[in-house]
Amino acid sequence: MSELHTVNKSPFEKNSFDSCLGHVLEGSAVLLYEDGVYAALKGTATEGKVKAAQGVKFYALGPDLKARGLAQDRVSDGIEIIDYAGFVDLATEHDKVVAWV
Amino acid sequence: MSEDIKNFLYLNRRAPYGTIYAWESLEVVLIGAAFDQKVSLAFVDDGVFQIVKGQDTSAIEMKNFSPTYSALGDYDVNQLYVEQESLEERGLSVDDLMHLTWEDEDEDWAEKDSIRVVSRAELNKIIEAQDVVFSF
Repeated sequence: MSELHTVNKSPFEKNSFDSCLGHVLEGSAVLLYEDGVYAALKGTATEGKVKAAQGVKFYALGPDLKARGLAQDRVSDGIEIIDYAGFVDLATEHDKVVAWV
Repeated sequence: MSEDIKNFLYLNRRAPYGTIYAWESLEVVLIGAAFDQKVSLAFVDDGVFQIVKGQDTSAIEMKNFSPTYSALGDYDVNQLYVEQESLEERGLSVDDLMHLTWEDEDEDWAEKDSIRVVSRAELNKIIEAQDVVFSF
């Protein structure tokens, strides 16, 4: 069973991102959207956590990055930026969605 | 209908009275239980505060909905997973939680504990085995 985990809260305000990483299994995907995209930034306390998550694929929602003035070059390496259609694809490609709201 | 039975997990991560999440989750659980699905609950992070015993809201003018958790067993909701790490981080143990039970029809209505304390790793496997996860 592959899982898509979603995080929509800032990792600097809430523990949704940390809690997600504590519960994600290898082979799963994590999508960062809304304020969750702040967890995608380089040079933050979260960057190392993204890199340390073995066998987990990370995505960030482009429209939410753009809305917050976060250019693509500020996103950590290894995080794929996707659009809304990509969000839908991820949801359908995985067996279920686990939301860390 | 029987072939349509799915495993539903309600993932509770918020404390009870500061926001409406905990109460809303409980209401949805009770509604869902009426549809003959396999329902279980997980209490993670501040969600473990939802089932702490001795809640008394009389001085904050809010409904104390904690007694409702005791009714879950009557609706065949008897799998309540509580994450060990979340308890420990908050200085809690299972003794601080309400004693929630259910009666097993197959064993002459023997009273059994609904709460099962599980490690984070165990919970991750439980989540993996679900068909649907509802987050609150």
